[in-house]
Amino acid sequence: MAVKVLIPTPLQKLTNDQATVECQAGTIADLLESLETNCPGIKARLCDEQGELRRFVNFYVNNEDIRFLDGKSTSLQDGDEVSIIPAIAGG
Amino acid sequence: MTQSILTQDQTAYFKGLKCKECGTEYKAEAVHVCELCFGPLEVNYDFSPLKGKITRQDIESGPNSIWRYRQFLPVETTDPIDMGTGMTPLLKSHRLARQLGLQNLYIKNDAVNMPTLSFKDRVVSVALTRARELGFTTVSCASTGNLANSTAAIAARAGLDCCVFIPSDLEAGKVLGTLIYAPTVMSVKGNYDQVNRLCSEVANTHGWGFVNINLRPYYSEGSKTLGYEVIEQLGWELPDHIVAPLASGSLFTKIYKGFREFVEVGLVDDKAVRFSGAQAEGCSPIAQAYKESRDFISPVKPNTVAKSIAIGNPADGVYAVDIARKTNGQIESVTDAEIVAGMKLLAETEGIFTETAGGTTVAVLKKLVEAGKIRPEEKTVIYITGNGLKTMEAVQGDISEPLTIEPKLDSFERALERSQTLDRLEWQPVLV
Repeated sequence: MAVKVLIPTPLQKLTNDQATVECQAGTIADLLESLETNCPGIKARLCDEQGELRRFVNFYVNNEDIRFLDGKSTSLQDGDEVSIIPAIAGG
Repeated sequence: MTQSILTQDQTAYFKGLKCKECGTEYKAEAVHVCELCFGPLEVNYDFSPLKGKITRQDIESGPNSIWRYRQFLPVETTDPIDMGTGMTPLLKSHRLARQLGLQNLYIKNDAVNMPTLSFKDRVVSVALTRARELGFTTVSCASTGNLANSTAAIAARAGLDCCVFIPSDLEAGKVLGTLIYAPTVMSVKGNYDQVNRLCSEVANTHGWGFVNINLRPYYSEGSKTLGYEVIEQLGWELPDHIVAPLASGSLFTKIYKGFREFVEVGLVDDKAVRFSGAQAEGCSPIAQAYKESRDFISPVKPNTVAKSIAIGNPADGVYAVDIARKTNGQIESVTDAEIVAGMKLLAETEGIFTETAGGTTVAVLKKLVEAGKIRPEEKTVIYITGNGLKTMEAVQGDISEPLTIEPKLDSFERALERSQTLDRLEWQPVLV
């Protein structure tokens, strides 16, 4: 599946300053591997040593946090937009 | 790009930013996330030159605002944006305390903070002062209302352009209280977490200073002043226990940091302070993590009358849980009905009309006392962070109506007698 990934500023050094990257992936887990192939080093920023997403990383598929979907197993459709967002404070 | 010539302070004690997770250091710029691990960045200080040197008199002779603590805040200028923010009353509670069976209860009343009647004026004053130093000419925020009010007002005072983002279902008072300062207001069809997500994408591309995003390390430091002031207003002493509302968890962690810093430089004697947090049941991801002994937060979709603290994905939640645990505090949640009852209780016993966040704090205080988790003699401070006039919708229907009368004495007498009969009925146990 071809999906569009929005890359946050802190990771853009790994994507040649590109704010969006196109990826082929069927799930979020696939997407992490696909991103790593295109932008080596990016997976280690997003995942801990056990391969789990770090606790301050938020993944959204279209408008939904993947923790409300199937986490890393969340499936992706053609044309989906995936955002990677750091946790935010405020009120 | 910088708007004004700033007076530089050669004695600023902040050194840069540091990741709270992995410790990587960064320059004191407009960044908020660690590139290596995505952890939040926090301002890093070296207070060793102040240790044993700074005195209570030094602080007491400063301005009657948060800027009396300027050396502990992340700004270089000696001419910050000062609208008289901070130094709000710390009231010794008599009637609420008696009703709850407490002997040493204090209320830190930021419902009357300046200029926009919430604690947010503290964090925004710091963020916009720093934004000006960093050369921003447009400032922005994602807000549940209070932060928008504050950012718009203080930006107006400072002559900065302002664009704020709010969820479209906010209370009317909070929307109007932002629009009056004439910023650009984006009312987003979504909840606060969605607004925030949009804003982090805007922050990536527009080069604006978002107080709670790329300026967040500076912004959040402003909440430390709620710790400093309580120490000073208690006569340079730490309390035994504090109860504060939890939204993102930032305020809670910064009160803790403020207490520790004053101990570190020798302004106050150290002692154990218990930290207890308050959430609304309809948005209680931090309370849930605390109860289930988790070290991660599972986000929730907010559904509560307490909109100002309805953050489903709280950034500092894990740190708040950590502080409550290590200080032997509690994190508790209360229902919307208990929140409204808490607002009414504070108003009726202490004359303070707080918003839903304050109602949550009072309701959690009551719950903790009833569960025996606050001892009667503990010197306890509750933080009331916002003003009830902004969220009148929350109590409408739950408070009494005025007595409409003719402009005649007998009409008044009849109505008075009737109201007193009603009052007496309420006092007496109902016999069925």
